[in-house]
Amino acid sequence: MLNLVISGLATGSIYALVAVGFTLLWQTSQTINFAQGEFVMLPAFVVLAAMHAGLPFPMAILVGLVACVFVLGILFQRVLVAPMLKHGVLPLAVATMALSILMRESVKEFYSAEAQPFPSLLPDATVDVLGIAVSLQSVGVLVASVIAVTALQVFINRTSIGAQMQATAQNPTVARILGVPVERMILITFVINAVLVVLASLLVTPIYLAKFSSGEILGMAAFIAAIVGGFNQVRGAIAGGLLLGVVDNFAAAYLSAQYRTAVPLFILIAVILFRPQGLFGRSEERAV
Amino acid sequence: MKFPRSGIRIAAVAGALLLAVAATSSHAQGTIKLINVNELSGAGATVGTNFKNGADLAVADINAKGGILGQKVEISHYDTQSNAGTARAQVQKALDENPYAILGPNFSGLVKATAPLVKNAGIAQVMGGEAGELTQMGMPSLFRTSFGQQSSMPKIAKYIADDVKAKSVAVIWVNNDFGKGGRDAIVKDFGARGVKVVADISTESGQADFSADVQKIKQAKPDAVFIYLNEEESARILREIKRQALNVPLLGETTLLSQKVIDLAGDAATGVKGHVGLTTDANIPLVQDFRKRFVAKYNYVPDHNGLKGYIAVYMIKAGTEKIGKVDRKGLSDALHGLSINAKAEPGVLMDVSIDKNGDIDRESFLGEVVNGKQVITKTLPKLNP
Repeated sequence: MLNLVISGLATGSIYALVAVGFTLLWQTSQTINFAQGEFVMLPAFVVLAAMHAGLPFPMAILVGLVACVFVLGILFQRVLVAPMLKHGVLPLAVATMALSILMRESVKEFYSAEAQPFPSLLPDATVDVLGIAVSLQSVGVLVASVIAVTALQVFINRTSIGAQMQATAQNPTVARILGVPVERMILITFVINAVLVVLASLLVTPIYLAKFSSGEILGMAAFIAAIVGGFNQVRGAIAGGLLLGVVDNFAAAYLSAQYRTAVPLFILIAVILFRPQGLFGRSEERAV
Repeated sequence: MKFPRSGIRIAAVAGALLLAVAATSSHAQGTIKLINVNELSGAGATVGTNFKNGADLAVADINAKGGILGQKVEISHYDTQSNAGTARAQVQKALDENPYAILGPNFSGLVKATAPLVKNAGIAQVMGGEAGELTQMGMPSLFRTSFGQQSSMPKIAKYIADDVKAKSVAVIWVNNDFGKGGRDAIVKDFGARGVKVVADISTESGQADFSADVQKIKQAKPDAVFIYLNEEESARILREIKRQALNVPLLGETTLLSQKVIDLAGDAATGVKGHVGLTTDANIPLVQDFRKRFVAKYNYVPDHNGLKGYIAVYMIKAGTEKIGKVDRKGLSDALHGLSINAKAEPGVLMDVSIDKNGDIDRESFLGEVVNGKQVITKTLPKLNP
């Protein structure tokens, strides 16, 4: 039971990282990024490519981080989001769907359709938790995600830039009048999202393997997690991710592998019907 | 001189048609067209890509030696995307091109979905599916390149009961035609040998997270685990088993010991044992030569599916040479009951017999993963020597 909870929380914490990105982008720029799953898939392949070029794993991670912050953060915001957003939320959402297909097929074309092994940051060992042998990787994933999310919360709530990001999220027009560099705040949000997806990629790929299609599962799970938790609250996305991970694990253990994929969707339907703002979301409020 | 515009159009269309007819005609007379419809993307990408590369190598080898009965072989590849609906569409598209024979698919469910189309076309389909029922469906056009589960499962069940001496097992299988067929066959064989199945766990094709499944296995406390999944899922569960420190013998059939699984699973594959129907680790000179040339061309060690693709093309060659002419409708009849000796036709790599149902019989192996490599520990004779 404890093992199921811990491994569920570990999986859920990765969903949470990706879901937080969904929430941040929505809050600051009304971007629903349907390519978010592919954003998690891509960094692993950049790291693998850097390793194939001869770089050691830590250096390859650094290259992956820099490249992905540029491509998935800055370039994404400047080249796709900013021009498309002028035409409304829906065209932008469709554009991100197209981007997800482009990214998937490009990786398949230029790398391979086959899965690739990916080195783990943590050793394949177990640790003793309350007398039960628990995977160190699961604990490590959970701890890394918690640290990342906590750091993000501190950044948002305790720093000047975080306050300006919140102002941008709540009312960009007023924020601009008050002298907040709204465009820069939006760009910072995209950069943060890029860092989050790189971290999620490094944590999840050793388990799921690097594959062009791996983003589909993650993107869908994180999207559901964000809605279930509350699309307009970072804490909602975190809770939604963790809840989904644990429920998914218990469904697999006590129902069946066939029904496990349906369970999150049932939760999603229930939330939409009975609490459309999400478990932790607030009606008609936007805040990071 | 001025031609009316409509006249130019008609002349152009007529010219194009003439060229097309000429091209089709020369193609029909000068080449033997094979079409491989296989899993080149999706869950079966590893399987299909290996098969494709093996088939391409065979075609290159055959053409380098003058082709089949003097005719060059041409091969095209269509992607099923590991999806039954797409597979049917691709096979129909392939049949519209009047190929000499169809190769693939490899996923049993996709073979099941496409075999009726090929049967209606009256040509041979040489595929990689292993589900036991495939050759029991009354499809005279269908031929295996590897053992069916009805042949391989008794061997691994015997090994688990007699050599591993397991009294209880957990069986984890992929819920598709391949996995369900294997699960049904091995559970039946375990029952006959008094081995108790204490956990019977189905998983989904393409499943990424196996933590809950491994938890279920741990709770059942089996003496051994029999794993019957596709390549990528096999690697994922081996990694998860290692992560959760489950220390019992891990056993499987061919796929679990394949090089792709070993590469993906890394250390987690060490110690895995099982029955292997086809392997490039077999100490057979022709197989070793194939492996060497495959690695030289594609820069990776092929798994059993690479062998299947290679052998499939040579089975078609042997069948055609038996007829003595390129006869697309007669190929199936020629293959039924055909025994191909590797000395006479080295391309089949090992002596192989094809029965009236399209099932094959040949030697097989027991293997173990040691230091990131599959090591053959025993060679098992043909079922019907």
